Amino acid sequence: MSRFREMIEMIRMALNAVRTHVLRSSLTILGIFIGVFSIIAVMTGIRVLQSNLESAMSGLGANTFQFQRSPAIHFDDIDWEKILRRRRFFAANMKRIQEKSTLAQAVSATASFGVGEASSKFARTNPNITGVGVTPDGFITQNWTVLDGRGFSEADDTSGRRVCVLGADLAEKLFPLGSPVGQSVKFCGISYNVIGLLARRGSLFGQSRDNFLAIPLGTALRLYGQSLSLSIQVQAPGRDTYQDVLEQARGAMRTMRRVEPGIEDDFEIVSNESSVGQFRDLTSAIRLGAAVISSIALLAAGIGIMNIMLVSVTERTREIGIRRAIGARKRSVMIQFVAEAILLSEIGGVLGVIAGIAFGNLICFLVQAPPVIPFDWAAIGLGICSAVGIIFGTYPAWKAANLDPIDSLRYE
Amino acid sequence: MSLIRIENLARHYVMGTETVHALRGVSLSIERGEYLAIMGPSGSGKSTLMNLLGCLDTPNEGVYELNGENVARMTDNELADIRNREIGFVFQSFNLLARSDALHNVELPLIYAGLPPKERRERARATLANVGLGDRMHHRPNELSGGQRQRVAIARALVNSPSIILADEPTGNLDSKTGVEILGLFEELSRRGNTIIVVTHEEEVALHSRRVIRIRDGLIAADEINREQRAVVGGAAVALSGITPLFIA
Repeated sequence: MSRFREMIEMIRMALNAVRTHVLRSSLTILGIFIGVFSIIAVMTGIRVLQSNLESAMSGLGANTFQFQRSPAIHFDDIDWEKILRRRRFFAANMKRIQEKSTLAQAVSATASFGVGEASSKFARTNPNITGVGVTPDGFITQNWTVLDGRGFSEADDTSGRRVCVLGADLAEKLFPLGSPVGQSVKFCGISYNVIGLLARRGSLFGQSRDNFLAIPLGTALRLYGQSLSLSIQVQAPGRDTYQDVLEQARGAMRTMRRVEPGIEDDFEIVSNESSVGQFRDLTSAIRLGAAVISSIALLAAGIGIMNIMLVSVTERTREIGIRRAIGARKRSVMIQFVAEAILLSEIGGVLGVIAGIAFGNLICFLVQAPPVIPFDWAAIGLGICSAVGIIFGTYPAWKAANLDPIDSLRYE
Repeated sequence: MSLIRIENLARHYVMGTETVHALRGVSLSIERGEYLAIMGPSGSGKSTLMNLLGCLDTPNEGVYELNGENVARMTDNELADIRNREIGFVFQSFNLLARSDALHNVELPLIYAGLPPKERRERARATLANVGLGDRMHHRPNELSGGQRQRVAIARALVNSPSIILADEPTGNLDSKTGVEILGLFEELSRRGNTIIVVTHEEEVALHSRRVIRIRDGLIAADEINREQRAVVGGAAVALSGITPLFIA
């Protein structure tokens, strides 16, 4: 009990000491602040992007993967020529995958056929609307929810009907007052009948993912030619069968594209998990850089703390003598000075964590994502601060505790 | 049993190649309630004796028993606890913590004794009131006069009810009028049963004690009873009005 009381007293004394030298303390605190701020800001920023990515990645449904020509996220040293030389996926490929993937729950294909202006009798948009062709199962594999109306039927697809469903942003712009279902929309010069409205999917990295119009793939192929480049989505019935479904479909795709055994795939397989993983790899360099910078900053700040504590011990030699004379043990003096070092460090740490989280979350406005509070990094940051205080405060404190009481009482 | 029993106490310091013999074998016993002055010119060894008596230092040779405990063989932590419990220091230059107010200065020994805050504050308040500073509790040392500062220091020395009050030139930094007031306070404390040891080189100060020990060249040159003890009446009585049995306890 009295130990606890002593600790409280030491903390109060340390606070007092920090308060007495405001300028000196703030400069010391600033060093720690910068170190903690840099790491927390970067980690928060990455966490925001990552959670945004995880909640919205590429719009694939659960346990779904996609065949496509180019990777979803790529590094600089990618061989673009190789990728551009890869053959496209055609409707026939999808049919074949559908037949061969006996384990799959749903197989679909999509193709974007153009970017342009859309208009209704109420409004017209900028020419930045994406048009996509989708097979009926694409609603399942891409996790699209129909809010109003219906999705595509097999008949829509096979007979190439001129019907469409609208993304939420586009629907809002073209039909600000009521439901778009049953109305007509003109896209790139062709009119479509609106049969459905999709639920909002949100934005990814600041780009709206609801600013599009989808028509049946069969319609798109008829209007824009059979050579449209397709992406093919395959959904497994569950997590446990995912790997099997993936291998089966991959084998079928390799056979179809005549990839010799032992040669790498001439296509990419993308899923939410693989995209998030790639994002992690991509940001690991940034994380490492932030860790290095803040370690250097914290080391410098720690040396600053040690310096200021040594000055403080010399200045307060007489005080130490008085305390020893009236019964302070060496340990008490030691605790007092270590507590002071930790306190300096922790003030910087707390401010750094707060400012770092605030700054890191500025990226939220950029990508329109909800803010993130990385509690684990906050705890790590504060833990590191305590360690810095202990590591760099121990020697000055030890020096203080081992001063000779008689000499220090006489010290001028 | 004597409060303090010293036998053949010796202390030397090694300075470079030379060894300085500050105390060469001092024997002494002091009873509870004595009011004693240790006198000697500078370099006589009286400061060394005071440091040893105050458990700030340990002897090279000899025995020092305080309350029957052999202090000479104690560890650093044990000495710190003895200083906290048994000894109250009063210094020439007051040695108060400049950034703390009077109350906190007086509380300090109780903090290291591990008393709960409420009790600490009460005892410190009572002790400060007893030295006549009831209205100066929240003043810092630089807001107090020399005499008041020394009273704070005395209150700090008293607050733990120690066995000995050890004063090193307690009037050295005070004008003569204030000095007399402080000596009056010591007299009153002595009358209440406290053991007081004053280290001084001023005859004036020594005359107020009942026993004078003169040190010269590290040895006791004289140990005499002061038959014509000088008393300060009046001032002390004012300073100590409203005294409580705290000191006797």
